[in-house]
Amino acid sequence: MAVNILISGLISGSMYALLAIGFSLIFGVARIVNIAHTAFYMLAAYCIFFITEKMGLNPVIAMVAAVIVVTLLGLIVYLLFIKPIREHEAAVLIGTIALAIAMQEVMLLAFGGSFRSVPSLIGGYFVLLGVKVFYQQLLTFIVVLLTLAAIWILLMKTKLGLAIRSTADDREVANLMGMNESRVTMLAMGISVGLAALTGAVVVPLAIVSPFMWTNPLIVMMAVVVLGGLGSIKGSFVGAYIMGFAEALVVFLIPKGAFLKGPVALSIMILVLLIRPEGLFGVAFEEER
Amino acid sequence: MKMKNMVRSIFLTVFLALAMCFQAWGADVIKIGVIGPMKFMQGKGHWNGALMAADQINGKGGIQVGNKKMKIELVKADSNEFLNITDATNAMQRIITRDKVDFIVGGFRSEAVLAMQDIAMDYKKIFIDCGAADPELCKKVAEDYDRYKYFFRGSPFNSHYLGKTCFIQAATVGAILKKALGIPKVKVAIVTEKAMWAEPITKAAQGVFPKLGMEVAGVWRPSQTATDVTAILSAIQSSHAQMIFTAFSASVGITFARQAGELKIPAVQVGINVEAQKDGFWQATQGKGNYVMQLDTYCQGVEYNDLTAPFVDGYVKRFGEKPTYTAATYDAILYSLAPTIEQAGTLDADKLVSILEKRVYKVSPGTDKYIVDAKGRQTHDLTWGPGYQTGIGVQWQDGKNMGVWPYHWVAAKGAPEVTYKGIVPYKIPPWVLEAYKK
Repeated sequence: MAVNILISGLISGSMYALLAIGFSLIFGVARIVNIAHTAFYMLAAYCIFFITEKMGLNPVIAMVAAVIVVTLLGLIVYLLFIKPIREHEAAVLIGTIALAIAMQEVMLLAFGGSFRSVPSLIGGYFVLLGVKVFYQQLLTFIVVLLTLAAIWILLMKTKLGLAIRSTADDREVANLMGMNESRVTMLAMGISVGLAALTGAVVVPLAIVSPFMWTNPLIVMMAVVVLGGLGSIKGSFVGAYIMGFAEALVVFLIPKGAFLKGPVALSIMILVLLIRPEGLFGVAFEEER
Repeated sequence: MKMKNMVRSIFLTVFLALAMCFQAWGADVIKIGVIGPMKFMQGKGHWNGALMAADQINGKGGIQVGNKKMKIELVKADSNEFLNITDATNAMQRIITRDKVDFIVGGFRSEAVLAMQDIAMDYKKIFIDCGAADPELCKKVAEDYDRYKYFFRGSPFNSHYLGKTCFIQAATVGAILKKALGIPKVKVAIVTEKAMWAEPITKAAQGVFPKLGMEVAGVWRPSQTATDVTAILSAIQSSHAQMIFTAFSASVGITFARQAGELKIPAVQVGINVEAQKDGFWQATQGKGNYVMQLDTYCQGVEYNDLTAPFVDGYVKRFGEKPTYTAATYDAILYSLAPTIEQAGTLDADKLVSILEKRVYKVSPGTDKYIVDAKGRQTHDLTWGPGYQTGIGVQWQDGKNMGVWPYHWVAAKGAPEVTYKGIVPYKIPPWVLEAYKK
């Protein structure tokens, strides 16, 4: 059972980490609470479904195409809908909710409400310490780890990363230091949506594709972000794995209560808000930013 | 300019007069509201079934009402009931008050149908339910007949009988397993989604299986939208269950079947899996849903009577997929409403109710006879059992939906065997046989 919990926790945690880091990144840099973040994840899943099942192309091509198409779409959405209102946080919040629902409705009209799936890149399973593990799960985990490493290098070892971190720390000072805040925000949005699309791409062979598949990850992702601290990338990373393992523990230790994993995630979020409102790695007071 | 205005006014007057004339001619049609979640497979079933019936009736000139023939005009209403029950009640209100429909067929979720039922009853409109299975819907007819008598169940039979049929099917498969695997007692894992409708089935299953000579290995309750059930599957494998009794209505049915098939869990799946009723199940599980068996209403090649094949084959030919039970709007219009209207010679709802509730008539999934309860009250619920409606057991066999139950089924001691035309033997998955090979 311990191996089961370990594998399940690592896979879920990695998926939440990818989503939450993207969400935190754009919040940290531009204070944009992008509720449509997981809707982009859903769009990527549909892109892959369409390319593999309707066009009959290779799943790897589909995944690459999905990430590119959805990232470009994210940038267009940013320029047309978010940028004009980005100074009004409440408007952005409400606007992105509307945007997510609009994306859901478009997918519903285009593909109907039926559940779909895409083939695994590698079928079958192997047995690890008596537990059956899908090859696809292993592949997903490796891709997620590589992506997280690439993000870390981008943020910590490149000039762009430095600009992103500086803007996240203090937008005005970064601007005064000669950084093009508007351009950095745009790039951060691209990376953020790209991460959501990549999550969709690597997780979709393990998931069910439907127009509503964005809502459950959104709730857990929000819980992860609150747990880790709003805008904190390190916090999102740690929070994601805590949430992933919490879910795995519920499913494995309480079989009759497997459906409780969602409520458990939300309970953790509420507890954190009550005990430490700034989250594990968040800033205590907004004024300190 | 004045001339131009005058010409415009004349055109407008003529147009309005014509429109009014058309409305008057339109009075010679029978308007039937088809209500359902139209963006989903269930709503499509409602609409497609109704469309087939309307085309068939209109192709023959319409329904004879007294001394005139009236054609059918369908009015489509998206209830959106999966997402919002208020949308469903609004849609019902709209088709009755704005579109002025004479009859209504459709509905899917019991919660939504219960709400829509009241609106239809307020306006004394005959409403034939083609989707919801809650017995409460018909209990209302018995308890407050004058108000609810306009409600009839069309499909499926009520959830009490749905459960009963599933247990009979599980017992049949259990007997096959015992013989084929050489085991003294079959162990059953009960896996039901966490949803209101699955509660009574879960509770009943824990009591029924021991009475059927089987052992309950455990009960698991995944969420309706679970995307990973490997934990449950590992536990089931450890419990050494040979059968998994399922009750799934949502996406977890796909996840479960796909992952169980991929991991080759040595246990057969029997019960309710709504997603497995759809043609898209094979794609959705990437073919891993092979050998899953589920309760169903239609299966191409299986015939309850002489009406089944023309409907199922016609449906497949026209829409490219097999019908699900919501397509029983076809029977509701063609066999319930049309002959009743012709017999009554009127569209008067009260007169139609008194005729329809007494009729015993063939429909494509069997024979409809409305139940009169122990107190002698009309319920407008459907009779279950051989000779009436029983449903079928359908198994996925190498990408095809095959009817596997009833196969030499004896419903009661001394009763004749029942095997519908087109039913084939049940197949045990090879990896289950392999696991128990001595």
